[in-house]
Amino acid sequence: MRPLLELTGATVRFGADAALDRVDFRLFPGEVHSLMGENGAGKSTLIKAITGALPLDEGELRLEGDHVAFASPHEAQAAGISTVYQEIEVLPNLSVAENICLGREPRRGGVISTRLMQARAREILLDLGLDIDPASMLGQHSVAVQQLVAIARAISTDVRILVLDEPTSSLDLDEVGELFRVIRDLKSRGVAILFVSHFLDQVYEICDRVTVLRDGAFVGEYLTTELLRIDLVQKMLGRDVADLKERDHPDDAGPEAAVVLRARGVTARHGIADADVDLGEGEVLGVAGLLGSGRTSLARALTGVTRTDAGTISVEGEDVHLDSPRRGMALGIVYSSEDRRRDGIVAELSVLDNITLALQSERGVLRQIPAARRRELAASWVEALDIRPPDLDRPAGTLSGGNQQKVLLARLLALSPRVLVLDEPTRGIDVGAKVEIQNLVGELADNGMSVIFISAELEEVLRVGDRVAVVRDGRIVRTAPAGLLTADSLLALVAQPDEDGE
Amino acid sequence: MTAMATRTESRESGPSFLQTFVSRHGSMMPTFAAVAILLVLFVGAEIFLRGDFITPRNISALLLDNAYLLVLAVGMTFVILTGGIDLSVGSVMAFSGILGAKLLAEGVPAFVAVPAMLLGGAAIGLMIGILVQYFNVQPFIASLAGLFLGRGLAYVVSLSSIKVEEPGILWLQSTRIRLGDWYITPTGLIALGAVAVAAFVLHLTRFGRTIYAIGGSEQSARLMGLKVARAKVMAYVISGLCGGLAGLVLTAYSGAGYPRNGIGTELDAIAAVVIGGTILTGGRGYVIGSMIGVFVYGTIKTIISFMGAEQSWMQIIVGALLLLFIVVQRAIVARSEGRR
Repeated sequence: MRPLLELTGATVRFGADAALDRVDFRLFPGEVHSLMGENGAGKSTLIKAITGALPLDEGELRLEGDHVAFASPHEAQAAGISTVYQEIEVLPNLSVAENICLGREPRRGGVISTRLMQARAREILLDLGLDIDPASMLGQHSVAVQQLVAIARAISTDVRILVLDEPTSSLDLDEVGELFRVIRDLKSRGVAILFVSHFLDQVYEICDRVTVLRDGAFVGEYLTTELLRIDLVQKMLGRDVADLKERDHPDDAGPEAAVVLRARGVTARHGIADADVDLGEGEVLGVAGLLGSGRTSLARALTGVTRTDAGTISVEGEDVHLDSPRRGMALGIVYSSEDRRRDGIVAELSVLDNITLALQSERGVLRQIPAARRRELAASWVEALDIRPPDLDRPAGTLSGGNQQKVLLARLLALSPRVLVLDEPTRGIDVGAKVEIQNLVGELADNGMSVIFISAELEEVLRVGDRVAVVRDGRIVRTAPAGLLTADSLLALVAQPDEDGE
Repeated sequence: MTAMATRTESRESGPSFLQTFVSRHGSMMPTFAAVAILLVLFVGAEIFLRGDFITPRNISALLLDNAYLLVLAVGMTFVILTGGIDLSVGSVMAFSGILGAKLLAEGVPAFVAVPAMLLGGAAIGLMIGILVQYFNVQPFIASLAGLFLGRGLAYVVSLSSIKVEEPGILWLQSTRIRLGDWYITPTGLIALGAVAVAAFVLHLTRFGRTIYAIGGSEQSARLMGLKVARAKVMAYVISGLCGGLAGLVLTAYSGAGYPRNGIGTELDAIAAVVIGGTILTGGRGYVIGSMIGVFVYGTIKTIISFMGAEQSWMQIIVGALLLLFIVVQRAIVARSEGRR
């Protein structure tokens, strides 16, 4: 059978970094195809390349064998490629019917016929099994309904390829079932569906074929029925070996030294439930888990970035109320986000400003750090962390990923924290910088700092962590000393659902 | 809009009429609030002034005296619905007025002078729209440039007032179409016509719905394949055109063009639009609401002059009303976001 859509050698670059590097992708009519990969694997970039939101730097896109190049999402739509994006793209201020029909409303002599539009919308919604008033404002409805309305819009035209970018992340089980019924129905009509989700169960339930990406590169294309779950996870996470100083791992289950941070029953809605964490002084707690497992929610809950719905957190034996990152910082708990471009680096500001930002804000505007002192401070961190180029006045956005991460680390370390929570600090940076950051974490811990180190790379977690907590489906399923785990046993813990603890 | 509201038939089962109505027209609440305030003002003034206020003469005068402001508010509604702002309309009105007066004084016939006034306004609007859309300038700054440009051009045309003697223009103001004690002038008809056309365009054309979509989320509107760039520029062109039309109305009303007209009127127009229930972040609001807002504004002005109080009280009361409405709007927006 000839593929409906075929992408060969696709390359997309952002500056010097290749977000997609010579990736091949095929989509057959009447199949559900999943795109799998961790953060930064290039899933979103690939989708954007298919839907015309991003141009290809290299490579070719073929639709039914014909070469095509879409200049805008509008052109891709006209060719029958509809997309439902991860951030739900709807207009809460307009009616349900308008959200479905906007831009192609039924008209009579140039005048929109509200009656016809609502009738058409009702028909499409009933097709999706959704009985809501098409004249009601979309903002009145739940996120799940808004999501289904976005899908209704996507299938209201002659759709040949439907791209669903994490459509189930805001749906509950019944709604997912409803969506899968719709997907199967579309599939039987010969529509090709690209289904991106980080829920493995859902991928195995609905998808015929998977393409795995890692760090912007193509790993392989497999039939779901022929690929074991554990092999899929292994392909997604990859295993690359880098030379690293070995640290001595203590063997007992609890932390050796005095507990600095203790959490009991920490729960944050739609993220992490009932998590217990003990972090000792000078200890590195590795956190392993897939994207969407709750690893980031755990880090955010422990640092006050998101409020917890239940549970207690205590620092050095005293119960604390962490309701903001500022409170966390005052207690010496700092967080480095997984998305350093969005939540970390201020790209336009200089390296100097980026490093001293948090320290200055902690002191308050009235106690300015003298300019000379600021420079000295920043220069010492640039030297200590070997940030290159060592130019304090360079905009931080122009640095490479690894050096940006170091600038972020310097910003947090300038606060002299007791607990450092790093969410994927080595994501998307080159191997050399990765090793430097891993070593740095080890040194910090040896000097008495407590670190929570989150990573999708299992080997890294095992090497850096003294103990490892495994997060799956919003729960910590096991916490064990790193010495007792191997990459394979950790992989099994990360990937396998419903095996233990349930 | 009342026409849409009355059409909401009760459905055979399920939610009550009230629930259906709220889920469909929840965003009209601020506009209803404006209507309520207008009624309270009328009744209050009637009681306070012992039955001297609600007379056909006063209410007819309300439209006559505020026709230019109503025209400006109509254009402003388009811009604010996209989430923008247009500070230029007061000076555009002055420029258009003085340009028209000058052309007429030099013997140019009205059928040339009037289109020139409208085109002048639309051209300034086009410039602002292009700055906003293609040069990514903040609407506040782009229209501030338009404000200075308009005022400067007005002074270039003339530094002093120019009297208008063209009978066609004066006819717009002097004609009284009577029905008993009620009357309406052609300027009033122009203003009401602008409201009607705007309501039609905003609710029943693709362009109008795109305006609302941009205010809801420009990014979403673009991804939905709507013609965002064109609609956004057009919103400013319409606002500029309304500025030109307001210049015509004001020239007819005052019988002269004057380059210092309309200083600060853009803020009155914005206040009227906001009081009428259009949300400054865009996407929610009605041009009918803007009309109510203008009437609220005009009524407060009339009451104060009836009471013989200082006009400065006008500013304080309008300021307080604005504050009230912005708080109410924030509450509504926060509530609808809370549901998501």
